[in-house]
Amino acid sequence: MKNTALLAGLLAAGLALTACGTTSGNSTATGGTQGFTPPALPALGKLGPAEGQLSVLAWPGYAENGSNDPKIDWVTPFEQQTGCKVNVKPFGTSDEAISLMKTGQYDVVSASGDASLRLIASGDVEPVNTSLVPNYSDVFGFLKNQSWNSVNGVAYGIPHGWGANLLTWRTDKVTPAPTSWSVMFDSNSRYKGKITAYDSPIYIADAALYLKAHQPDLGIRSPYALDSTQFQAAVDLLKKQRPLVSEYWSDYLKESQSLTSADTVLGTAWQVTVNVTKGNNVPLESTVPSEGATGWSDTWMVAAKSQHKNCAYMWMNYIISPKVNAQVAEYFGEAPANSKACAQTTDPKHCDTYHAGDATYASKIAYWTTPISQCLDGRTDVKCEDYGAWTQAWTEIKG
Amino acid sequence: MTAAITDPPRPAPPGAASRRRLSAYLHRTPGLRLGILLSAPLAWLGVAYLGALAALFVTAFWTTDVFTGQVVVSWSLDNFATLFRDAVYRTITIRTVGVAVLVTVIDAVIAFPMAFAMAKFASRRAQRLLVIAVMTPLWASYLVKAYAWRSMLSGNGVLHWLLAPVGLDGPGYGLPATVITLSYLWLPYMILPVYAGLDRLPDSLVDASGDLGARSVRTFFSVVLPLAMPAVIAGSIFTFSLSLGDYIAVKIVGGTSQLLGNVVYDNIGAANNLPFAATVALVPVVIMLLYLAAVRRTGALDTL
Amino acid sequence: MTFSRTTRRVLLAALALGLAVIYFPLLVVFLNSFNDDPTFGWPPAGFTLEWWSRAAANEGALAALRTSVVAGLSATAIALVLGTMAAFALQRYRFIGRNPVSLLIVLPIALPGIVTGIALNNAFRTILGVNLGLFTAIVAHATFCIVVVFNNVVARLRRMGNNLEEASMDLGADGITTFRLVTFPMLRSALLAGGLLAFALSFDEIIVTTFTLGAGLETVPIWIYDNLFRPNQAPIVNVVAAVLILASTVPVYLAQRLSGDSASGGRL
Repeated sequence: MKNTALLAGLLAAGLALTACGTTSGNSTATGGTQGFTPPALPALGKLGPAEGQLSVLAWPGYAENGSNDPKIDWVTPFEQQTGCKVNVKPFGTSDEAISLMKTGQYDVVSASGDASLRLIASGDVEPVNTSLVPNYSDVFGFLKNQSWNSVNGVAYGIPHGWGANLLTWRTDKVTPAPTSWSVMFDSNSRYKGKITAYDSPIYIADAALYLKAHQPDLGIRSPYALDSTQFQAAVDLLKKQRPLVSEYWSDYLKESQSLTSADTVLGTAWQVTVNVTKGNNVPLESTVPSEGATGWSDTWMVAAKSQHKNCAYMWMNYIISPKVNAQVAEYFGEAPANSKACAQTTDPKHCDTYHAGDATYASKIAYWTTPISQCLDGRTDVKCEDYGAWTQAWTEIKG
Repeated sequence: MTAAITDPPRPAPPGAASRRRLSAYLHRTPGLRLGILLSAPLAWLGVAYLGALAALFVTAFWTTDVFTGQVVVSWSLDNFATLFRDAVYRTITIRTVGVAVLVTVIDAVIAFPMAFAMAKFASRRAQRLLVIAVMTPLWASYLVKAYAWRSMLSGNGVLHWLLAPVGLDGPGYGLPATVITLSYLWLPYMILPVYAGLDRLPDSLVDASGDLGARSVRTFFSVVLPLAMPAVIAGSIFTFSLSLGDYIAVKIVGGTSQLLGNVVYDNIGAANNLPFAATVALVPVVIMLLYLAAVRRTGALDTL
Repeated sequence: MTFSRTTRRVLLAALALGLAVIYFPLLVVFLNSFNDDPTFGWPPAGFTLEWWSRAAANEGALAALRTSVVAGLSATAIALVLGTMAAFALQRYRFIGRNPVSLLIVLPIALPGIVTGIALNNAFRTILGVNLGLFTAIVAHATFCIVVVFNNVVARLRRMGNNLEEASMDLGADGITTFRLVTFPMLRSALLAGGLLAFALSFDEIIVTTFTLGAGLETVPIWIYDNLFRPNQAPIVNVVAAVLILASTVPVYLAQRLSGDSASGGRL
């Protein structure tokens, strides 16, 4: 039959083409302290003239250009100073960021700890020459050369800021004010059907953090290093939580809208969501509950295939300059990376509220990290579940 | 006897001779004509589009490195094993097909009386205006309509405002909201082909049925419905296919629900797992191909 | 035709009710574009024209409109050529593989948009190594617009028959002249109708566009999706939507007048 032969021929042609096209390049090798050896890519040698264009892939609230609120804009001054016309693309989860970076259309990205190592391993970002970024010297020491932004002592990015994932609630609908994550996991919760949680497999770590405090016999040390028993317990907890959830959020403004209309009254959020919603006169509060919280420490990284690396370096230097870092930190609601930014915040107590210089406090937050099969808490007797398992479990949890 | 007055022959326009030769040649070789006509569309659709589809589904046999997100060309059936083994994908497939069937049925039930009234009880001029009235909303961005439903279904939205005095409450976000929104979005796609089909229905047949003693209901079920069925099926191809693959309306009003489209979208975007996304994408494609094959017999494709 | 009065009344009432339900959300959107409250509380507390004036000056919306129009026109042009060629081939000739080809033409629209989107995205980026941009989106749009033009031209060809063309050739005109002076004028309105509908399809399409449009570009639907939840932009989105609804009555009316034979029009 002609059409089957035709189809088979096309399939063969497709196969041949794809075998040429979809090469895996260098797959990850074993070894290295973080379980992989990054591809050998050179950092930029010296800074040249600005290329006139820059594509920024940023967490919402990091690169405001006036489109959200005409009064909040630190991108336009950058464009005027350097002549690099900036195109900002916000994303909602680290997975989205990685997927977008792979299109090769962005020059610089603000990567959290659960994205940074994956970007390094796949060769999507290159090492950063910190001597080309003058403001780097003012960055807090405990943020430099950490496990999420450097490999074997080579820096891969410029720290931006860090913070925790908070519990937020409508003060007029939720009483008394919650102090523990159990309001979100209690099957008999009064707020059933009005709770929201982050729509990403990394949220499993929040469940693990909760179990670390409430089921100590599971022996969870790091919420990102879960062996099969611990992992199953976390997944079961989230499956029990599912009937309580109205919507999972990845767009912070969609969440803000939900909180405003009271379709959601309780859930996890970023400080920027709380700030924006409160700015619309909605009664909202937030806190870091007693069990602790997961969080993120973000790093600006340069795309290996970028055509605008000079503008990229200029951007990185600009965004962590004291005044701008202070602006971002206040708008978003996080601890700034530049120690001099604390003197520039409009609220003089901002850095104290966010424990900006407090290395001890910073070390207590369970920063987003990509789980790998080699247990991140150092255990060698068991294998931990890797992110692929987390992703599949997340589809199961949502049902 | 009048002599016929003829104009002197006009000189042929330049290039006429070669054009006539070319025309004559083409006229003699219908195969070549067909070849030329088919070449471009087939190259575009057959080679480029089918090739792209084939290339996509080939990746279903490959895997992805979880850490780097790069596709690894190692042949295996692991993706299919996961698809069949994990119960969640069966659940989602059944849920998606269920939603698509429900949406199709709801649209058919709503569209039929409307199309019937349009075709049989409206003047020609009114019919044209009615078709315009049904078609205009198709231009009002799909997103805006879905978003309008989101605000209507919200806790303090219009539906709540309407139903609260009666003591009821809206369905909120979730699967019922998804069905309602999808039914609303695809309704014009069902009304128009059914209207076209009923328009073509000869009145004489209905009259004959009446003459033979059948009442309205009997005429409807024995004469009108069977003749209009291909048109209904033509409309259902769109409502079914559009519901099967939709993920945006689900994200807007579906609350926590997941349909097949969402699983494919999440695997492409968030999970960075093209091979698995291709595997899951095969499910709606196979369902649609089976559906198209089944309806081909009813002649619905000719009435498209 | 004999139908009882009650049947008549009931069905006409169903028609009226159906139209009311179809237009109600659109009315809500239209009213909200004047709503004082930026969070669209219902019922609207006050009315304002501010969103309309802001929309007229909004850079993003205007750029998106330009991109959408360019993409739509280009895709429509390609679809007109390819769709007409395919229509002639399938309507006027009998050949083996006629059924599979007609299935192939319907396929881009029958398969879920996300499948077409990711297939083309994968083909462009991985196999051809091409960067996504406006061109890739145009190619994608043309692919599913072909069937719209195809259906309109086939319907017209079916009604036309080839008597007039044969008469023209009997009178001495060659094939090319016949096409130019006889066939094409008869097809013109079907082409226009098909073209308008193809443009509409391309203009409102979002799923395939998400996967095939370049990073810095936005079409109107993509702009709407990006701004739908932004508190300061959402009112402008309502205005854009209201404008689309009002402006679209003209091409819809034109398409309806031109395609007198295919009563269904629409997406088909």
